[in-house]
Amino acid sequence: MEGDVVQMGAYIGAGLASIGMGGAALGVGQVVGSYLSGALRNPSAAAGQTATMFIGIAFAEALGIFSFLVALLLMFAV
Amino acid sequence: MDQFIVSPLFGDGPIAWYTPTNVTLWMVLTILAIGALLVLSTSRRAIIPSRAQSIAELVYGFIYKMVEDVAGKDGVRYFPYIMTLFMFILVTNFLGLIPTAFATTSHIAVTATMAMAVFLSVTILGFWKHGFGFLNIFWIGQAPLPLRPILALIEVISYFVRPISHSIRLAGNMMAGHAVIKVFAGFAVVIWIAPVSIAAITAIYALEVLVSFIQAYVFTILTCVYLKDALHPHH
Amino acid sequence: MATETTGFVSACIDSLGNAIGMPQLCAEWMPNQVFWLLVTLVVIYLVLSKVALPRIGGILAERQGTITTDISAAEDLKARALEAEEVYNKALADARAEALNIAAEMRAGIQGELNDAIAHADAEISAKVAESEKAIGEIRASALEAVKVVANDTAAEIVTALGGKADAKAVGTAVTSGMKGWT
Repeated sequence: MEGDVVQMGAYIGAGLASIGMGGAALGVGQVVGSYLSGALRNPSAAAGQTATMFIGIAFAEALGIFSFLVALLLMFAV
Repeated sequence: MDQFIVSPLFGDGPIAWYTPTNVTLWMVLTILAIGALLVLSTSRRAIIPSRAQSIAELVYGFIYKMVEDVAGKDGVRYFPYIMTLFMFILVTNFLGLIPTAFATTSHIAVTATMAMAVFLSVTILGFWKHGFGFLNIFWIGQAPLPLRPILALIEVISYFVRPISHSIRLAGNMMAGHAVIKVFAGFAVVIWIAPVSIAAITAIYALEVLVSFIQAYVFTILTCVYLKDALHPHH
Repeated sequence: MATETTGFVSACIDSLGNAIGMPQLCAEWMPNQVFWLLVTLVVIYLVLSKVALPRIGGILAERQGTITTDISAAEDLKARALEAEEVYNKALADARAEALNIAAEMRAGIQGELNDAIAHADAEISAKVAESEKAIGEIRASALEAVKVVANDTAAEIVTALGGKADAKAVGTAVTSGMKGWT
């Protein structure tokens, strides 16, 4: 019984942690959207900033991946 | 999660550090693929490249330019190191996408080793090149004086989080992609969901091909960024 | 993959060969992965730094050299072509000038001949005109003479017919004075 409650809590926690991935989606969308709106204003400067955009995407996405990791840890490791 | 199990190639038994496992198999395949792409295809040294040779040249030029742009001219010395990381991650990611393959980069042990290698080598390089001047990367000169200690604290934390995020980003992306495909494959046992499931797997697979490349690119470019910090610690 | 290992049970695999927890977190497997990863990275690094990268760099440099050489050769050829064109243009201009020269000479020659011919013709024409005028003058003089004779005769006849005696001298004087307005 007690183990069941722990497992239930772990699953609920995993589900809640998954919400964080939505945040990562917002972040990546924000990064790329800003890049695009800037690039359309000044296309000549766009090529030089592609690497920066990918770094930004990577940072934004890393946090979503962290939440995914937390979910997995709760599911399988706790 | 069975697809991530490490198993010995020959027989059963405990997995010691030297046991040839499926990790070994897929890493050897990675070496062979890289050898075929970069060594065999260029063996003719043609001025007018064949198809495979132009791919090798494309990869070379891509990474070379990235190192030069991001890490600066003096970062070009470390180009083979970065090229090794990029080729390993890229080829392993792509090989891992073959059905029933074993994706070694989805294991945190693997990516964490690479990330720690990058972290340690970059840190040692920074101290070796600049001595304690390397600590300047934590002390932001442009910020107002009262803010600097706080910023320095944040910078220190973010510096030490680097290897963690660096490794988990890659492993997490690969693991997530494979797990999502597995989830959709699990749905396929129900007959009337199967077509949807197969279509979804196809779409996710295409996304994963993209992600495989982007993660290799991101890992490499972040390595370049860290390298730049080590070479030029003054903001 | 792991389903065959039914007999073996470890901390990460149960007796059915299924994973217990996340395989990624199985500490038992990590030394193996790290070891093979390091081996792989070292092998790739050696292959790349000893063979592949110098070779590809060499190929790219060689191609760059070839392209540069080709471009310079092409520029050389272009310069030579320009030179040839210049020579050609010069020859063309020379030929044109010569042609103009020849035409001018020819024109001068023709003009001279023409002038001669015109002068000759003018002389002939004026001679002929003079001759003709002379002939006309003679004809006119002889005609006047004839008219005077006819007028004298006619006047003498008329005087005789009217019953008068025709004095030849008086008639001649009268005819001459009457014809004064006519000649």
